[in-house]
Amino acid sequence: MTTSAPLGLNKTGAQMSPEDTKRQIEATEQFGPDVPGDVTRITEERIKFIREHEAIDEQIGSVPPPGSVKGVLKTGLDKMMGKNPELLLDKLGERLAYERTGVRLYEAFIAKVMAAPDARPELLGKLREIQVEEAEHMLLLKKSIETLGADPTTMTPCAHVSGTMAQGIIQVLTDPRTNMAQCLNAMLTIELADNAAWELLIELARQANHPNIASSFEEPMRREEEHLATIKTLLRDELKVQLS
Amino acid sequence: MDTFSGLLDLKGTPLDKQRFTWREMATRPISKLDDDATTRIRIILMNGIETEALRLKHIGARFHRELQPHLAHIRRVEQHQATAINWLISGDHSPLETTIAYEQVAIEVTAAVAQNEPDPYQAQSYRFGLLEDFDHLYRYSAMYDRLEGKDPNNILQGYTDIIPGRPTSQHHRNPSDDLRDSYDKTTAQLITKIHAAMITSSEYQTHDYYMNIGNTFADPVARALYAEIASVEEQHVTQYESLMDASETFMEKWLVHEAMEVYAYASCAEQEENPRIKALWERFLDYELGHLEFASDLFKKYERRDPAEVLVGALPKMRPLKRNRDFVRETLSKEVDLRAHGIDYVPKEKEDKASLDYRNHLNSEGIPADIASAGYVWTPGTELFRKP
Repeated sequence: MTTSAPLGLNKTGAQMSPEDTKRQIEATEQFGPDVPGDVTRITEERIKFIREHEAIDEQIGSVPPPGSVKGVLKTGLDKMMGKNPELLLDKLGERLAYERTGVRLYEAFIAKVMAAPDARPELLGKLREIQVEEAEHMLLLKKSIETLGADPTTMTPCAHVSGTMAQGIIQVLTDPRTNMAQCLNAMLTIELADNAAWELLIELARQANHPNIASSFEEPMRREEEHLATIKTLLRDELKVQLS
Repeated sequence: MDTFSGLLDLKGTPLDKQRFTWREMATRPISKLDDDATTRIRIILMNGIETEALRLKHIGARFHRELQPHLAHIRRVEQHQATAINWLISGDHSPLETTIAYEQVAIEVTAAVAQNEPDPYQAQSYRFGLLEDFDHLYRYSAMYDRLEGKDPNNILQGYTDIIPGRPTSQHHRNPSDDLRDSYDKTTAQLITKIHAAMITSSEYQTHDYYMNIGNTFADPVARALYAEIASVEEQHVTQYESLMDASETFMEKWLVHEAMEVYAYASCAEQEENPRIKALWERFLDYELGHLEFASDLFKKYERRDPAEVLVGALPKMRPLKRNRDFVRETLSKEVDLRAHGIDYVPKEKEDKASLDYRNHLNSEGIPADIASAGYVWTPGTELFRKP
């Protein structure tokens, strides 16, 4: 894998064809817009649709109630206490999905590293280590969800939305043409969001009166901080190598 | 006018020698950034032609049991040709980017065809449709700029203008106003038959693409815009397929389609600048010559006629599929206010009441194309670069 994008004949910019650009601008002057208004027409339309969904309380999906009796009792108790167990379940589901996809993202990234002509064994080792930890975190979350009597195989709404966000990252990592720095940048996005999310999840678990779950997340949180630092360093080194 | 001479008489690759591996079909795609936009135009055009080849032969097979084994054989090759071509589009094209490329195809190819078409009514029909696809490009460009925050000209590369055409809100017609008069198979030039088959293929593909990806958008404005323009593309398929003589037998249409494919690949090979893609067009030109020979033999066997009866006339070389802006602007200035009434083109004031009623109802709860493009002026670098 090459480390940086080469100089070349990128054809997307207007300056690549100044004569054409001149003619295109001339056309916009001769044939102006036929519909009055601006981008706010789109905003107004979006508001209309959002309100239509809100009016019938329709969201992207729901959190199923916990299946086991023990779980029902527990979450029922929390509800009486003014807690919002579905929020915690939704966010636990999101973290589980994120870590699970993370294992696959590292697999795609590892293929990139292995394909490089100067494949560095210590880097590969480090990435495999992170990947194993992502899988461990996934299993810890599975256990936490089961403790609450809920189903860890459910795709909760937040899990689904975070999966939608990850689509672009998957495209970047699996494209055979992307380089190391581009892939590290994609992983940085993942790890940055992961870090903030673990921090928030611990706070949520505490607030929802699940101190055991909260404290069990402290070690993963520390590990994730290390993942972030590692990816950041790798990216910095990669870019410095390209500049040197 | 420069013509291809003796093109259809060339020897091609025999059908049983037309083989593929998966690796050849899912090969390295083009670069969205570095390859020329016209390479992508040709890829989209040829994929549309190959998928129409499959469609036509599937329909034919439903009416002709005796032809089924032959059609199955040739279709398998066409399936793999279509794959090898369509998989050249890289995965980093967003659906809206591919859409903008599809509209560029519609504009540049239809403009090239309209200028070469010898039959005045057929040429008028291409100009009529051209102004509508030209408008779709403007509406989708506004949507792309305002949804993804990107410049549609990154895809168009300066070859095509981004301005309103005949407004999309005015395209919606009563079905009877989308049918056209056809060429007469006994007197029409081969290039007229080829043009109708080619543009029908292209529009069918565009329709199917919008129907498949329109619902993958989360944004309600984009979803509505695709719903609206997909409906117009269905009208365009109705229009263009009615340009063909409905009294042609299935085998006549098959022959025309194969001749069209030979012509299209020869044109692509001639215009292509990317050597790897040019080699593919040349390989598939040889394959199509093989298909034409295969179809001709069956035509002689089953219809007991000479294929030359169907394929009469010179083949003018295809015009460049870029920078047809002078022709488009002239058409826009003269014909933007034309409307269809039955098979005739009429001034706006004489439009069919049935079409007006149909349109007024469709548009009565808002017009997606208007919402997406209100006040949009294309500017290099997106409208956010525009000086206040």
